[in-house]
Amino acid sequence: MKILTQHINEPGIETFDVYRKHGGYTAVEKAIKSMTPDEVVEEVKKSGVRGRGGAGFPMGMKWSFLAKPEGVPRYLVCNADESEPGTFKDHYLMKSIPHLLIEGMIVSSYALGANKSFIYVRGELLYVIAILEKAIAEAKAKGFLGKNILGSGYDLELVVQPGGGAYICGEETALLESLEGKRGNPRNKPPFPAVKGLYQCPTVVNNVESISNTPWIINNGGEAYAALGVGRSTGTKLISASGHIRKPGVYEIVLGVPVEEFIYSDEYCGGIRDGHYLKALVAGGSSVPILPANLITTTANNEPRLMTYESLSDGGFATGTMLGSGGFIVFDETACIVKNTLNFAHFYRHESCGQCSPCREGTGWMEKILYRIENGRGTQADIDLLVDVSRKIEGNTICPLGDAAAWPVASAIRHFRHEFEWHISHPEEATRPGAVYPTEAVLN
Amino acid sequence: MSTQTTDIKFTPENLEKAHEIIARYPEGKQKSALIPLLHLVQKQWGWVSPEAMDYVAEMLSIESIEVYEVATFYTMFHLEPVGKHVIEYCRTGPCCLMGGEKVYDHLKQRLGVQTGQTTPDGMFTLKEVECLAACGWGPVFQIREKYYMNLTCDKVDEIIDELSK
Ligand SMILES: Cc1cc2nc3c(=O)[nH]c(=O)nc-3n(C[C@H](O)[C@H](O)[C@H](O)COP(=O)(O)O)c2cc1C
Ligand code: FES
Repeated sequence: MKILTQHINEPGIETFDVYRKHGGYTAVEKAIKSMTPDEVVEEVKKSGVRGRGGAGFPMGMKWSFLAKPEGVPRYLVCNADESEPGTFKDHYLMKSIPHLLIEGMIVSSYALGANKSFIYVRGELLYVIAILEKAIAEAKAKGFLGKNILGSGYDLELVVQPGGGAYICGEETALLESLEGKRGNPRNKPPFPAVKGLYQCPTVVNNVESISNTPWIINNGGEAYAALGVGRSTGTKLISASGHIRKPGVYEIVLGVPVEEFIYSDEYCGGIRDGHYLKALVAGGSSVPILPANLITTTANNEPRLMTYESLSDGGFATGTMLGSGGFIVFDETACIVKNTLNFAHFYRHESCGQCSPCREGTGWMEKILYRIENGRGTQADIDLLVDVSRKIEGNTICPLGDAAAWPVASAIRHFRHEFEWHISHPEEATRPGAVYPTEAVLN
Repeated sequence: MSTQTTDIKFTPENLEKAHEIIARYPEGKQKSALIPLLHLVQKQWGWVSPEAMDYVAEMLSIESIEVYEVATFYTMFHLEPVGKHVIEYCRTGPCCLMGGEKVYDHLKQRLGVQTGQTTPDGMFTLKEVECLAACGWGPVFQIREKYYMNLTCDKVDEIIDELSK
């Protein structure tokens, strides 16, 4: 069952005509001609679709929080900043089938009563911005955008806004600052964007994939969407699969597929690359806790682990992780966990906006300590120091970037402490090029 | 190397584009055009000079400091002159798993420069960037708008040969 990618490989699907031929823009017609905005919100609520940007907040509920004071414009902002390492699904969707997002933006803007909506795309994707702008021009020429859409009296302009290369602008309030032409420093909440967002007006921020689900929901009904998946994990999810697998790429799964099937089935990742075996998994983008081999396909209770919000987080941070943005990074036995943790720590230090001291200073400390360990100059006390620093960052910052930086480090030590200890006790071996903790030794 | 002209002005084509961008935002919210205009500056001159920042400030009726603040925050903007082709190489974890480090070493050797440097002939500047949202198609680098994906050492040689012509 595919909702977002069913037609993605059709030749010419990036054009209005081909997209339309495959049922494109029927959701706009249906919503605008036969539904009230509140009815659209109601369908999205019924679908149970949760935000696909990482936090998994129910989309319909978010929409129903939008303040609607008289005479004040409301805004819909699509988050296409996609900068979480391991995540490339929005990039894939926008470049391949741009009209899907445009159609979703029209349906969603109509539901929220927005007359000007923005798509904030990470600046590196300038070529995707050109693709989106072309699609917008086509949709406008066909009367699906602009003034008096399909003769309904509803007006909508779509603006595609480039970022400037800053992971933090994926955080919704930093994104709004950036969209106002400022540095991407996250805002304190409350007030939440639903009350005071862009230009201090009520604003909804949703991820590309979230918004792209709305045309299907309108065409088929929220209940049909909710019938897919397991429990509170309804519908489908795009998974960006990378790392040591046979077939890296973006896969649309119905939520609930077993992790084992996702990794090993030829329909998805196709298994670990030849001659190697699974060592670790980062299931939802670089921020989520890393899992060791024994906790990937089964939970701590020995139940099959499923690709759902609930199953991936089963066991909390002790033995579980998170679905996050669906950035699924697979490591085989050739990967060094210390080195990868250092790599991610460098990322977060580089991307911290610098506003909160625990994050600004703490990410720098973590990188420095990890660098020491990786380069054979660490001490055993450094391991606990890392844990201590990560705890002091977590929960002590305006936005969750601090948590996102702390979790990978804390979880790597939780599950792979022996690798850190080995690096420290075997500096010579550990600093040889390509050196990896000798897993074979443990297995035997 | 592209050098700054003393006479900072958008080309007629870019000026038209700038006005079109500024008109996108609600009345009084023209500052929203800042990042798009800085991209336009970089497209025309290859980098963002202090003079160009002042020019943008004037165009948006904001203080120059507001432009400096933003230009220094966002890592895509080159605040110093760069080579004809800026290669922005992804150094983040997933790309490394796909063999990114080996290809990076090869690229540095081929160009004879370290990260952050420009080749003596002014053709290439090598920069290191974080995840480009192409992790499954890594290793990857970007030159201006274009993504070069699934890189190998041979592919890097071909790209450099082509661009050196
Ligand atoms: C540091 C940080 C980076 C984020 N990056 C992104 C991103 O690139 N794309 C995204 O959609 N959401 C990102 N988010 C989540 C957004 O803040 C927000 O929750 C999301 O855009 C809401 O949309 P959704 O409910 O449809 O997921 C990020 C959050 C944080 C804290
Ligand atoms: S890690 Fe290189 S593109 Fe994501």
